[in-house]
Amino acid sequence: MNNRIIIVPCFNEDGCIKSVIEEIASHQPAAEVVVINDGSTDMTSQAARSTGTASVIDLPVNLGVGGAVQTGFKFAHKRKADYAIKVDGDGQHPAAAVDSLLLPLMNGEADLVIASRFLSPNMGYQSSFSRRIGSKVIQWLCQMLTGIRITDPTSGYRAYNSRAISFMARHYPTFDYPEPEEIVLAARNGLRIIEIPVEMRDRQAGISTISSSMSIYYMLKVTLAMIFIFLRPIEKIKE
Amino acid sequence: MEKIQLIAILGSIFFMIGVIELIRRKQIKEAYALLWLIFGTVFVVFSIWKKGLDFIASLVGVYYPPALLFLVMMVAIVLILIQFSVVISRNNDKVKNLAQEIALLKKQIEDENKPGNKN
Repeated sequence: MNNRIIIVPCFNEDGCIKSVIEEIASHQPAAEVVVINDGSTDMTSQAARSTGTASVIDLPVNLGVGGAVQTGFKFAHKRKADYAIKVDGDGQHPAAAVDSLLLPLMNGEADLVIASRFLSPNMGYQSSFSRRIGSKVIQWLCQMLTGIRITDPTSGYRAYNSRAISFMARHYPTFDYPEPEEIVLAARNGLRIIEIPVEMRDRQAGISTISSSMSIYYMLKVTLAMIFIFLRPIEKIKE
Repeated sequence: MEKIQLIAILGSIFFMIGVIELIRRKQIKEAYALLWLIFGTVFVVFSIWKKGLDFIASLVGVYYPPALLFLVMMVAIVLILIQFSVVISRNNDKVKNLAQEIALLKKQIEDENKPGNKN
């Protein structure tokens, strides 16, 4: 049996972290669920611990999504995990899809698998209009920089093999919204990326990390970060 | 000697003494103080050797010699600010790595203290 670690980064998600963990545990009883509590000011840590099924890592200070996710990769790397799956703590990502995310990794077709809400035939949650425009711009930029077409570049629901885990443990972008950047970084450094359709839900509780007034700032930052990753030298991947 | 020159000499010397004193008391690391010291020296030199400023200004084609001082000062400030950005970014990275390390170690200690632990 291969060992798989499910990384759940969260910041102030005590409203739904419990149901997220329980859902994962019911679909993936063999996997280790690791909640990375990014310096939450609410009861997230206690709520996650109360389930008894999740490992909880409490960051002493708030590092932002990038720093929290990287902590998960460092942990998975330390545990010598074969696969890591990243699931958001807000309940948008259905745990039933974990096995289909892992399939391309197990078949050796990819190092990184992204769940796309836009590839799905039954649409499910598609987010707001302005979000979709932003998503299109990022998608176009991604394609310009890497040559691959990613329909859902901001999706945080992803699976990684051990090669990708060891790379991300060392080089994960420490940016607030690292998803699009991660694609450019992975593609630039020779990780193979595949997208599969997954129907997503709307968030169950909490607020989005990107408010509408922040979206222009977000777009600028993401664009800049992606271009600079493209300009940086390629890192060596240790097997 | 003109009054303004005396003020310039005193001002730049006091500035240098201030910077040196901060380094001596380890309030500024030598590496970060290098730029302050270099530009402080430039100002001391030009306030004493006024002809030198006129000479260099005419060499580079600046008609009004004091404007050269402003230029040097602005270049100095920009360089120092860029150095600060570099240092802050590096420190951010170090703090991030330390925080992650602490969190992972705390987790490890927790696991080891758990009765019947897996490791």
